[in-house]
Amino acid sequence: MNPAVTNLPAAVAWSDHIVVLPVVLPIAVAGAMFLLDERRRRLKASLTFATVAAMTGIALVLVGWVAEAPKVYRLGNWAAPYGIVLVADRLSATMLALSGILGLCALVFSFARWGRAGPRFHGLFLLLLMGVDGAFLTGDLFNLFVFFEVMLAASYGLVLHGSGETRIRAGLGYIAVNLVASLFFLVGVSLIYGTMGTLNMADLARRLAGPSPADLALFEIGSAILGLAFLIKCSAWPLGFWLPPTYAAASAPAAAILAILSKVGIYVVVRLSLLVFGEGLSAGFGRPVLLATGLATIAYGTVGLVGARDLTRAAGYAVMVSSGTVLAALGTGSDAALAGALYYLFGSTLAAGALFLLAEVLQRGRAPAEAAGPVFADEYRDPFDDEDATDVGSVLPTGVAVLGVGFLLCTLMLAGVPPLAGFVGKLAIFVGVAAGPAPAAGWWLVAALTLSSLGTLMPLVRLGILNLWVTHDAPPPQLGRSELAAIAGLLATCLALSLWGGPALAYADATVSWLTQPQDYVRAVLGQAGGPAT
Amino acid sequence: MELVLSLGIGVLAAAGVWLILRPRTFQVVLGLSLLSYAVNLFIFAMGRLTVGAPPVLGAGPDIVSVDDPVPQALVLTAVVISFALTALFLVVLLAARGVTGSDHVDGREPHPAEPSPGHPDA
Repeated sequence: MNPAVTNLPAAVAWSDHIVVLPVVLPIAVAGAMFLLDERRRRLKASLTFATVAAMTGIALVLVGWVAEAPKVYRLGNWAAPYGIVLVADRLSATMLALSGILGLCALVFSFARWGRAGPRFHGLFLLLLMGVDGAFLTGDLFNLFVFFEVMLAASYGLVLHGSGETRIRAGLGYIAVNLVASLFFLVGVSLIYGTMGTLNMADLARRLAGPSPADLALFEIGSAILGLAFLIKCSAWPLGFWLPPTYAAASAPAAAILAILSKVGIYVVVRLSLLVFGEGLSAGFGRPVLLATGLATIAYGTVGLVGARDLTRAAGYAVMVSSGTVLAALGTGSDAALAGALYYLFGSTLAAGALFLLAEVLQRGRAPAEAAGPVFADEYRDPFDDEDATDVGSVLPTGVAVLGVGFLLCTLMLAGVPPLAGFVGKLAIFVGVAAGPAPAAGWWLVAALTLSSLGTLMPLVRLGILNLWVTHDAPPPQLGRSELAAIAGLLATCLALSLWGGPALAYADATVSWLTQPQDYVRAVLGQAGGPAT
Repeated sequence: MELVLSLGIGVLAAAGVWLILRPRTFQVVLGLSLLSYAVNLFIFAMGRLTVGAPPVLGAGPDIVSVDDPVPQALVLTAVVISFALTALFLVVLLAARGVTGSDHVDGREPHPAEPSPGHPDA
């Protein structure tokens, strides 16, 4: 769609509906899931797989389609800002692709064991993906809240999936923290509405380009409170203490898909900082805070990694480090650094997801089985004590070697060591920061990222030696076929990202230069009425 | 009216914050409920307080003195979501009580030697 055309509701081509599919498809199939009996596992698993594969395909198609101009989908063909819009631009499409690939691999991993560890896994999984994709696509703040709540409600169920005392204890804290964060979200949204009179992001940006409203300070307070909610979700220091224990307690496929949840917070912070606070009255609002928070998050995550004594906890801290890197790169105000950070975000999220999956395979059978009694009658089934687990029996003779290679790739990606994408991303951040507007602050980021590379490499190598080289009494870990496929899929994407680093970085660069032209976004969403508000 | 409403929001929020910092899970649930009441009233107040102004429908030609319907729609959504999530939190609370045998938020009773804020002389 040409952004220069007028705002008159045009005839909608059939292909335009593709933008709404990542939201409609999973919720429709999830609804059907809850009607199907739990015993029809094979049907449910294949339906879910087909849906998530279709979502991934749609996301990859969108990545190509929106490269030139964004697609704006008006629900019911009501024009923004009165109607609800979904906006697929380069950033949204990239994040959709990330959630699709991660979701697909986590789902395939769950076919081996974890999908049977409790009821309603597939329905919750689809609802989670629907919330995540909706949050990436939506063009107004209140729908963002609704999609966030859908995503979080499903994630509460997934954290508790498999039951057991550790999960319930971790889940209690996780739910309490996120309920409070949602209240911050509501306070921020309502303050913004009360001062600016709109919740459409494009309309907000347009109004901020116009004359100063009487209560701009109140608007900024509202935005800060809103930002607080997102920083809690993306587990920025000091708001992220809930993340490592929760992710460590969650079952492996749930933990892998939860890795995308913190990135939703990052996405919203990036989107709003560049769209609403990129230009206009509040230009650069919150930048120094983001830089400081990002640096503190990198430091805290690195220290946590060094102290981590098991792999799942280490992976949780690696998620924090990757969130902190993007926040700090955004805070430096350098476009090239942000492009590098987005590239890094894509790779490190996949690698962290793969590490959660690998950790579960490596540590299974080592820890003494948890004494977990059922609380509700239909709740708990031991995933390792399942008579019709047909997929599990095949022990690969080279299983440990495969696991070792996978672990090595994960470590290289997360630590940002050559030759993989983690290094390319960090290097792009360094180069961007050195040429950026605030080199003095940037050197702090360079120092923090270099130290965090070392601080990631050391503990991961130590944990790798412990898990792969040291002989244990327990039998060698068995790797099911679908588990192998899931881990291989994630790592193959990481490798592809490294091999085609040039095109990927160019796409990220173009994404950031699109994001730093907020008037184009405003014109695309609001049409020719994109001038300053009266 | 402004004073009464702001006092109401303030008291609810203060009580809610105090309760979610308490060590027992039931107190946390009540605290979350009170906080969400405070936030819902706050959203309502963001539509500005008006007395006797009709909603948009049937307002006639005098379009100036109508009530803002958007915060009412927002508060309705927020009420539904917070109600559902409180119910879900109650289920997790019951599960935690059943599994750990304790209604402490940490899932275990504090060590007797530790000073407990809930029981000053324990």
